[in-house]
Amino acid sequence: MDITALSNAAVGSAGVVERIDLPEEISHHLAHLGFLPGTHVEVLRRAPAGDPRVYRIDGIDVGLRNETAQHIFLKITAKDTAQ
Amino acid sequence: MSSCHAPAEVLEEEVATGTPSDGSKPRFKTVALIGPPNCGKSTLFNRLTGMRQKVANYPGVTVEHHSGKMKSIGRNDLTLIDLPGIYSLATYSEDARVAVEVLTGKMAGVPRPDAVLLVLDATHMNRQLMLAAPVFSIGLPTLVLLNMSDQLEARGGKIDTLALAKELGHPVALISAAQGKGLDVVPNFLLQAANKVDNGLRPVQLPILQSAASCRTWATQVTGRTRYEAPQAALWTRRLDAVLLNRILGPIIFLLVVFAVFQVVFTIGQPLSDGMGNWLTALGAKAALALPDNWMRALLRDGLWNGVQAVLVFLPQILLLFLFIGILEDSGYLARAALIADRVMRAIGLNGKAFIPLLSAYACAVPAIMATRTIENKRERLATIMVAPFMTCSARLPIYTLIIAAFIPNVHFLGGLIGLRAMVMLSLYGLGFLAALGTAKLMNSRVMKASSAPFVIELPQYRWPTFQSLTLRLYDRGAMFLKKAGTIILACTFIVWLLSVLPVHGGHFSDLTTSVIGHIGHFVEPVIRPLGFNWKIGIGLLSSIVAREVIVGTLGTLYGVDPATHAVNLQLALRHDMTIGGAIALVVFFAFAMQCTSTLAIVRRETNSWKWPAAQFAYMTIVAYTAALLTNQIIGRFF
Repeated sequence: MDITALSNAAVGSAGVVERIDLPEEISHHLAHLGFLPGTHVEVLRRAPAGDPRVYRIDGIDVGLRNETAQHIFLKITAKDTAQ
Repeated sequence: MSSCHAPAEVLEEEVATGTPSDGSKPRFKTVALIGPPNCGKSTLFNRLTGMRQKVANYPGVTVEHHSGKMKSIGRNDLTLIDLPGIYSLATYSEDARVAVEVLTGKMAGVPRPDAVLLVLDATHMNRQLMLAAPVFSIGLPTLVLLNMSDQLEARGGKIDTLALAKELGHPVALISAAQGKGLDVVPNFLLQAANKVDNGLRPVQLPILQSAASCRTWATQVTGRTRYEAPQAALWTRRLDAVLLNRILGPIIFLLVVFAVFQVVFTIGQPLSDGMGNWLTALGAKAALALPDNWMRALLRDGLWNGVQAVLVFLPQILLLFLFIGILEDSGYLARAALIADRVMRAIGLNGKAFIPLLSAYACAVPAIMATRTIENKRERLATIMVAPFMTCSARLPIYTLIIAAFIPNVHFLGGLIGLRAMVMLSLYGLGFLAALGTAKLMNSRVMKASSAPFVIELPQYRWPTFQSLTLRLYDRGAMFLKKAGTIILACTFIVWLLSVLPVHGGHFSDLTTSVIGHIGHFVEPVIRPLGFNWKIGIGLLSSIVAREVIVGTLGTLYGVDPATHAVNLQLALRHDMTIGGAIALVVFFAFAMQCTSTLAIVRRETNSWKWPAAQFAYMTIVAYTAALLTNQIIGRFF
């Protein structure tokens, strides 16, 4: 199985959150936006400057900096959902 | 046994309703409104209470407290309390702490609510339901309102409210706050709950450990069992984002939007302001005729009316600015702007979250400094507080527009598309922004080390701003501005007028130059002369320490009582009394200076020490003085 940091997943790919390696107060906040192991995430697009990027999780779009996303690990399930 | 049982029931009723049980029906008095951020809670609050609402701060904290009578549903006897938008009741944030204290009746001065309206966004139930478990566990009668039913329907989502109500053990209803649909359930629920009508619902098993993960598992199970179908992604939002967040188009549109706002505030706002000024002058002249021609007329027209009028004319422009900020925020574009701006914010060591407080600082630094509470990191929060007053707040608009209208010719380039005046205004905004950048850098390198708080931002769907929400915003801001004009500014102009005619010599007022204020003005003149300011401007600067707008009122009064400029309007009077260098130096001074006691007071409250506001005042004044000095000296060489 393909496990990669969320920040490395290509735009258009999708997967399931495997684990989150972040301090508790940050992961708590992310959890309430839907970032929990087992949830489906889609990499939607990047901001004009390339970072932050926008992820679709649970029907909402969330902007996340790569410095945060690199601690969230994803099991890739689809290489490119746009196709 | 039954005689023992009865008092217990009475007692229970008293506790639940807060009213003595004298045989009449128990009555509800207070209802709390709670929900996650972006669930449409404010829209619903406005729907239920109408325009009459009170905004205050909870004691001891800076969380804003909206409350209002539920007039729109015919329940004037009920007070609705709007709680802050929160994801959970876990007390990581001050907002959540406030919500818990209010719900459990521990907040001083706020009665314990008798019932709760829980608002959730029906389009993402898995996530939204996570808040339900902790709210239910507080044990108050709760009505679950699934908002955005119109969106759910339009995008093919499905929800079974009956099944959900059975799962949750609390009544559930689909509503659309934006369209005002389905709101009848609220009065019905409140009546039933107050009379303890059995709704057939039984308490349910809630997750015992209310961690995010267990709440989430519970929520997913509930939506699974009730066969919830999440709606399709909003197609229009994706299409719009493909353009608005495009690598090349995104930043261009961002800048265009910002520029267009200022251009419109000027091209539409200026004639409105001028018209209002003429109307107010005529009104004042008419009213003055009705007054006896003695000190009374001088006091009311020259002293008070001129000063307050000089400030009032900016109402149209301030309302226009807030209209645009409101449209950007309600439509959802503001979150995209934060996303685009994050890169720049990070480069200066600020959190992307600081963007929202800093953007609202364009309206006023006071709510902006309050809004910094969303920044969990103490150091970053302090840096944002120090930076916020440099953003061009609306209180600077009066002096900016006055000086620009008086000194900058009304010429246009590119076939009337770009006006010189709007350009100058925009560069003043840019100047404030640069000062903010510099200060942030300084705060990061010298005062504190940068740290890494996460930048997480939810991008809501694009929506049409509702007429009601925009009206309410304008009403709020307009009322605040008028209140300020009627109190602080009125008082200041009165004091300035009084000092400008005292002492009384043999039954006659002093001339301006021999008055108390003339003496003060001439005393400070040497300090400000290098900046190109005369002594009247000096008095303006002193009086505007209270609030920036005051300078316009003060100048209105001073030039109004001066026989030489008595008959001409303020713009003309200034044009004859200042050089272009001094005029530009004045607006540059205002771009940097901390002329606002409200901001100083809020910084003192938020940082809990006098050290920070004092440092901020000294720092900003020194920067302002130096910049104004340079401006006047440099422009003076060329003109």
